[in-house]
Amino acid sequence: MPADGVLGRLRAAAAGGGPDNPDPVRVADAHDTIAGVPARYVAAPRDTAQAAALLRAAADLDLAVTVRGGGTRQDWGSPPRRLDLILDTTALAGVVEHAAGDLITVVRAGTRLDELAATLAGARQQLALDAPLPGGTIGGAVATNASGPRRMLYGTARDLLIGVTLVRADGVVAHAGGKVVKNVAGYDLAKLVTGAYGTLGLVTECAFRLHPLPAAAAYVTRRVGDAAEAGRLAGTVRAAQLAPAALEVDAPAGGGAAVTVLLEGTPAGVAARAEATRRLLGADATASDEAPDGWGRYPWRGGDIGLKLTAALSGVPGLLADARAAADRHALPLALRGSAGVGVLHAGVPGTADPERVGCLVDALRAATAAVAGHAVVLTAPPAVRDRVDLWGPVDGLALMRRVKQRFDPDARLAPGRFVGGI
Amino acid sequence: MSTTTTDLAALGAALRAAIGADRVISDRQELRTYECDGLAQYKVVPALVALPVDAAQCAAVVRACVAAGVPFVARGSGTGLSGGALPHADGVLIVTSRMRDILEVAPADERAVVQPGVINLAVSRAANPHGWYYAPDPSSQQICSIGGNVAENSGGAHCLKYGFTTNHVTGVELVTPDGDLVRLGGRAPDAPGYDLLGAFVGSEGTLGIATEVTVRLTRLPESVRTLLAAFESTDQAGAATSAIIAAGVVPAAVEMMDALAISAAEAAVHCGYPAGAGAVLIVELDGPEPEVAAQFDQVERLCRDNRAFEIRIAVDDAERALFWKGRKSAFAAVGRISPDYIVQDGVIPRTALPEVLRRIGELSAERGIRVANVFHAGDGNLHPLVLFDASVDGQTERAEEVSGAILDLCVRHGGSITGEHGVGMDKAKYMPRMFTDDDLDTMQLLRCAFDPAGLANPGKVFPTPRLCGEVPGRRKGVHPAQEAGLAEVF
Ligand SMILES: Cc1cc2nc3c(=O)[nH]c(=O)nc-3n(C[C@H](O)[C@H](O)[C@H](O)COP(=O)(O)OP(=O)(O)OC[C@H]3O[C@@H](n4cnc5c(N)ncnc54)[C@H](O)[C@@H]3O)c2cc1C
Ligand SMILES: Cc1cc2nc3c(=O)[nH]c(=O)nc-3n(C[C@H](O)[C@H](O)[C@H](O)COP(=O)(O)OP(=O)(O)OC[C@H]3O[C@@H](n4cnc5c(N)ncnc54)[C@H](O)[C@@H]3O)c2cc1C
Repeated sequence: MPADGVLGRLRAAAAGGGPDNPDPVRVADAHDTIAGVPARYVAAPRDTAQAAALLRAAADLDLAVTVRGGGTRQDWGSPPRRLDLILDTTALAGVVEHAAGDLITVVRAGTRLDELAATLAGARQQLALDAPLPGGTIGGAVATNASGPRRMLYGTARDLLIGVTLVRADGVVAHAGGKVVKNVAGYDLAKLVTGAYGTLGLVTECAFRLHPLPAAAAYVTRRVGDAAEAGRLAGTVRAAQLAPAALEVDAPAGGGAAVTVLLEGTPAGVAARAEATRRLLGADATASDEAPDGWGRYPWRGGDIGLKLTAALSGVPGLLADARAAADRHALPLALRGSAGVGVLHAGVPGTADPERVGCLVDALRAATAAVAGHAVVLTAPPAVRDRVDLWGPVDGLALMRRVKQRFDPDARLAPGRFVGGI
Repeated sequence: MSTTTTDLAALGAALRAAIGADRVISDRQELRTYECDGLAQYKVVPALVALPVDAAQCAAVVRACVAAGVPFVARGSGTGLSGGALPHADGVLIVTSRMRDILEVAPADERAVVQPGVINLAVSRAANPHGWYYAPDPSSQQICSIGGNVAENSGGAHCLKYGFTTNHVTGVELVTPDGDLVRLGGRAPDAPGYDLLGAFVGSEGTLGIATEVTVRLTRLPESVRTLLAAFESTDQAGAATSAIIAAGVVPAAVEMMDALAISAAEAAVHCGYPAGAGAVLIVELDGPEPEVAAQFDQVERLCRDNRAFEIRIAVDDAERALFWKGRKSAFAAVGRISPDYIVQDGVIPRTALPEVLRRIGELSAERGIRVANVFHAGDGNLHPLVLFDASVDGQTERAEEVSGAILDLCVRHGGSITGEHGVGMDKAKYMPRMFTDDDLDTMQLLRCAFDPAGLANPGKVFPTPRLCGEVPGRRKGVHPAQEAGLAEVF
């Protein structure tokens, strides 16, 4: 079919779906790539009905589709095997409902996290997901299940997402969960689409449970000699009765390390706990109401290699030591930072590193994480490194996952190849 | 699905060969022990009962069922209140009561690894000496199993702050409905791939059988403080609840009982709640001492501001236990003031509490059916106890009507038909009141991925089983299963 024929049919579908959005479909330009793969068309639906009409048309036209939110994490996962249409969620934005008395909100998926935060702050509430830099959307945060420091207290997107509206590959609209925190009617499809990288459907609306904004917060930091020592100190903090909101280690490639404890609560309570934490961490620990440098950021920059390392909690100090030793062995600078309090660390290696050596380091990190019941996943990497390493590593239950993908997207048109096992 | 007696005899022999003769029950009298779960109004005697002792045996039983094309139903302690573990007449009931080992308590990992038949409270008992406990605490925690909790995504009084089973299970090993053993998650967070663990929790035995569960342990709090506040009306108690939440306090629990529930509890356990109360609230705070102290004063003030006429503060564990005793025994206590009752389970947004409670009162008056309310006020999870006398003509039907109308009320207010007891057999017919056909079809996609043959707990959760070979979303007109008389649309 000639290109303009496809465009016409997508436009017709979109017009059927939403009358007041005259031209949500266009031909892709040079910027419309996903992890380096160029698209042919871009469509920016404004609501669920229009998105459904577009996905139905895409199904009829056998177009491969990848969703784009803020585009900040498009280099995560593998490039799509096939790409015709980018479904851009930037117009699918806005807070649908904020029931402050019920501590819930319903938002469209393209809403930016920072915009939502500003809306909720008016009622002294928050969606307790860390989002340190502007631009990322709710849909992207859900689809990648990214997590930041405060997951220790509040959990991750999977724990906060209580209801979801999604449009399937065939254009059918489905809801699961709802607007109440407690709900066990039917399968929890919200969990299924969290962290699925848009391979099971387009998420158009999310209902979240909210938390009150804490009245007070304090960061208590102690610098130590190396990463493993930081890990051990984190263990000491966990064993105490401090109930931290976050417990982070930061071990830059250059050496040295720090442990930071975030305390949230009432002003009096936080002051007392910050003092207790300072005593526990040792004489030179400092307390501040400002986050330390790099707090909640990944320890890598655009173009670098970024990994997520997980571990059973008792294995965190050992993993920090092993990771450092492996990097030294392969003569690679490795920056480690993350949530020692929950067993999730992030690691960064400069994008200029030799792919062969990076491959060896990834193998070593996989062995080190496997020894502590965890995983090492390469979230982002330059093409030369992607060619050398398996991004995801071993995945339990992969056969079942393939069957789930097959049921939801039998023609493999949604972000094909982006996810585990080439799903 | 009709299975002949000879087929079942052959299956019985296969099961005996696979797991040992003393672990298979086929005697009609013994089978009757298993004819229902905690919802005794449905009774079905299973064709066979299997009592595997480990995952390998569990898988062998499922494989034998698959080979015979016979459905199977998992059962933990059988305390479920929605008929989820109701047996299949031509099927095998797989009971986990011989899988009760706590495999490991690992405080340094904040985890425990247990077999599915382990009793909920046993996990906390094993972890307490180390300073930890298992947070989800259904009222049935002394008898229900972890496997059942996982299947139902059970909640409890402390879920307002701590979340539900799904937030506390980090790994399962399961037998898939085609007999494979698969591990999902484990001790570390965020295993790569789809969150099948999250989808499995709450799937009520329709996606397979959990054979090992890794749970998160929670640190015993440094400090716990509990108060009991008496109000003239549930409206006032509801307003106090809202005020507490609005003030930014997240209590460990906020439980409410109305006058009828209080009088039932008094009759049964003499808990000595303030005389003349139209409603009582139990509010519990826990956490670091300085936080609890600051917030407790605030909660007490908010209760007074909302016209609590009496506030008692538990001075020790014994008194705290007394506050909770009335609440925890409320379901059973109702048995003393009414020959029969239905325990309903619905959820509403917390702010709708006054309106919904008033409407329940009206429904009760209109239909001449008493309703006692006991519930998790903090998260809007109602447990209306609908009282009736089955020996009085028409009362059973009227009670069921009131019970169903309450669920409609919940759905109309944007809530749910179940907050913790599950859909099971009992509420499958209500699912379409909350979900569209497309929603239910989409859930079936997951079901079909796990269980293409439809052998895992068939007939539960979903009103109309979709045939797994169908093209998704292309269904028009009458469902073929319905046409063939295999399924009914409610
Ligand atoms: C430690 C930490 C650091 C962070 N740093 C940053 C940061 O530097 N910048 C930042 O913006 N955010 C950051 N975040 C927040 C978070 O990672 C992003 O907001 C989010 O992951 C990306 O959002 P996006 O809209 O840009 O997604 P995209 O990059 O557009 O998409 C990411 C993936 O999600 C899929 N997807 C997106 N929307 C949907 C949808 N509606 N339905 C289905 N699939 C969808 C895409 O197909 C893609 O696979 C950080 C979080 C943490 C925890
Ligand atoms: C007095 C009383 C109070 C209660 N209070 C609460 C409460 O506060 N909160 C709450 O949430 N519930 C409550 N319940 C309901 C019930 O206790 C829970 O649903 C509990 O989780 C059921 O556990 P069980 O072991 O008895 O499961 P069963 O009743 O045996 O089974 C329940 C469901 O789980 C499935 N199942 C069982 N084991 C497995 C397994 N290993 N793998 C897969 N599926 C399995 C069954 O097929 C069935 O669908 C209460 C019940 C009673 C009788």
